[in-house]
Amino acid sequence: MSAALGTQIWALARRSTLKTLRQPFQMFPVVFFPAMLLAVNASGLRAATRLPGFPTSSYISFAIAVAFIQGAMFSLINTGTNLAEDIESGFFNRLALTPMRRLSLIGGILVGVAVLGALQSAIYILIGLIAGAHLAAGSWGVPVLIALGALVATAFGALGCVVALRTGSGEAVQGMFPLFFVFIFLSSSNLPRNLLTTGWFHAVATWNPVSYLIEGFRSLYIVGWDGTALVRGFAVAVGLLVIGLALIAVTMRGRLQRT
Amino acid sequence: MKSEHAESSVWGVAGAIVWRGMHTYTRRPDLFIPSLVFPLVFFASFAGGLSALGSVPGFHFPAGYTAFQFVFVMLQAAMFSGLFTGFTIAFDFESGFARRLMLAAGDRRGIVLGYALVALSRAAITLIVVTGVALISGMQITGDGVDLFGLYGLAALLVLVGYGWAAGVAFRFRSIQAGPLMQTPVFLILFLAPVYVPLALLKGWIHAVASVNPATAFLGAGRGLISGVHDHTWLAYVCAIALIFIFVVWSLAGLRAAERSP
Repeated sequence: MSAALGTQIWALARRSTLKTLRQPFQMFPVVFFPAMLLAVNASGLRAATRLPGFPTSSYISFAIAVAFIQGAMFSLINTGTNLAEDIESGFFNRLALTPMRRLSLIGGILVGVAVLGALQSAIYILIGLIAGAHLAAGSWGVPVLIALGALVATAFGALGCVVALRTGSGEAVQGMFPLFFVFIFLSSSNLPRNLLTTGWFHAVATWNPVSYLIEGFRSLYIVGWDGTALVRGFAVAVGLLVIGLALIAVTMRGRLQRT
Repeated sequence: MKSEHAESSVWGVAGAIVWRGMHTYTRRPDLFIPSLVFPLVFFASFAGGLSALGSVPGFHFPAGYTAFQFVFVMLQAAMFSGLFTGFTIAFDFESGFARRLMLAAGDRRGIVLGYALVALSRAAITLIVVTGVALISGMQITGDGVDLFGLYGLAALLVLVGYGWAAGVAFRFRSIQAGPLMQTPVFLILFLAPVYVPLALLKGWIHAVASVNPATAFLGAGRGLISGVHDHTWLAYVCAIALIFIFVVWSLAGLRAAERSP
C-alpha cells in the first residue's frame, strides 16, 4: 500500500469515526438498545437455564453474545446512513472527482467502522462484566472478542455501504434495519440450537450465518476456547466481508458511472 | 348546505381521513408489508424458537406455548398498529398535509377520531393475518367464542391505547424524528411484562417490575381468554379503558398545541 493511499484512508477513517462519535443519536442506540435487551431477555429468559441440556447456569453469560451482533447491526445502519448522506449532499461526488483512489473512498469508511466496532465491543464486554457475565476464556478472551466484534462490524458496515451506494438514500438504509434484525430473531440468539425443538426453526437457525457469529462470541463466555465455534465465527465474518466488498465493487462502478 | 355541514362534522372529517388513510396504507408496500412482517417474525421467533420453554418446570398453560406467545404477539401488534398511525400523523405534518387538513376541517376533533379509526382498520388487517398464520401453524384455542370476543375486544382497546399515546406525541412534535419517543416507552412496557414465561417463573427485579406493570394484566387476561382460564380479565379492561381516557385527553391537548403552533 502506497503512502498516499494510506494517508487517504487514514483521513477518511478519521472523518468517518468522528462523524459517528459526534452524533449522540447514532451512538445512543449502539449502547442503550443492546444493554436494554440484554437486561430484559436475561431476566425474562432466566428460567431457560433449567432446561435439560442448557449449556450454562448463567443466562446473562449466554445472552451477552447477542449484544455484539446488535451492535454490528447498528454499525450497518450508521455506516450506510452516513455514506448515503454524503451521496445526497454531493460530498461523495466531489471526492470522486479528486485524484483520490476509489479504494480509499470506501476503505476509509470501513477502517472507521472497524475502530468503532472495537470500541463498542469493549463497551459490551464492560456491560457484561457489570451485569455478572462470566468470561470462561479469561482475560485472553478479551482481545479475541474485540477482534471478532470489529471484524463483524466491518462486514456489516460493508453491507450498509452496498445499500447506500445502490440507493443513495438514508431513508432506504434505515428501512433495511428491520430486515437485518430478522436474522437475529431467526437464529440461536435466545436458546442453543440443540434446544430449538421446532423443526423448521432449527433448520432456519442452522442455515442462518448469524447463528455462527453469535456462537463464536458465546463460546468464549460459556465454554472457554472452543476452536470449532471460533473458526466458524471468524469464517462467517470474513465471508460476509468478502461478499460485502465484492458487492461494493459492483455498486460503486454503477454509482460512479451515474455521476 | 346540508351536505357541506355533514362533511365538516366530526364524523365527516373522520370518514374522509379513514378513506385517505386506508387508501394510502393498502397502496404503499413500505407501510403495509412491515406492519404484517413484524408481528409474524416475532411470532415465528418466539413461538417457534422458544417452544422448549413450554417444558420448563412450573410452566403450565393449557393451550400450549404457541397460544401463550400468540397473545403477546397479538397485543403487541395491536399497540404497534396504533403507534404506526402516530407515525402517519407526524409524516402528514412534515409533508404539510396535516396543516391543510386542519384548515379544512370544520371540527378538528374529527382528525383525532379519523386517525383512531385508521389505526383500528390497520390493526384489523394485521390481526386477521397473524391469527390465520397462527392457526395454520397449529395453535390451540381452548377458550370459547365469548372468550375470543373478549380477547379481540381487548386488542381493539390496546390499539387505541397505543394510538392515543403516539398521536399526542405526534401532535406536539409534528416530526417523524419523534418516532423513538413514541415507540420506546411502549416497547419497554411490553417487554417488562411476562413475555416468555408466566409471572410466577420470573425472578429478581423483573418480577417486581412485571408485578406492577399494566402490560402484565393485559397479557394475563389475553392468555386467560385464549385458554378459557380467566386471569385478571376485568383488571385488564379497567386499565385499558383508563389509559384510553388519559390518552384521549393527551391527544386532544396535543391537537390544541398543534393548533396554537406557528
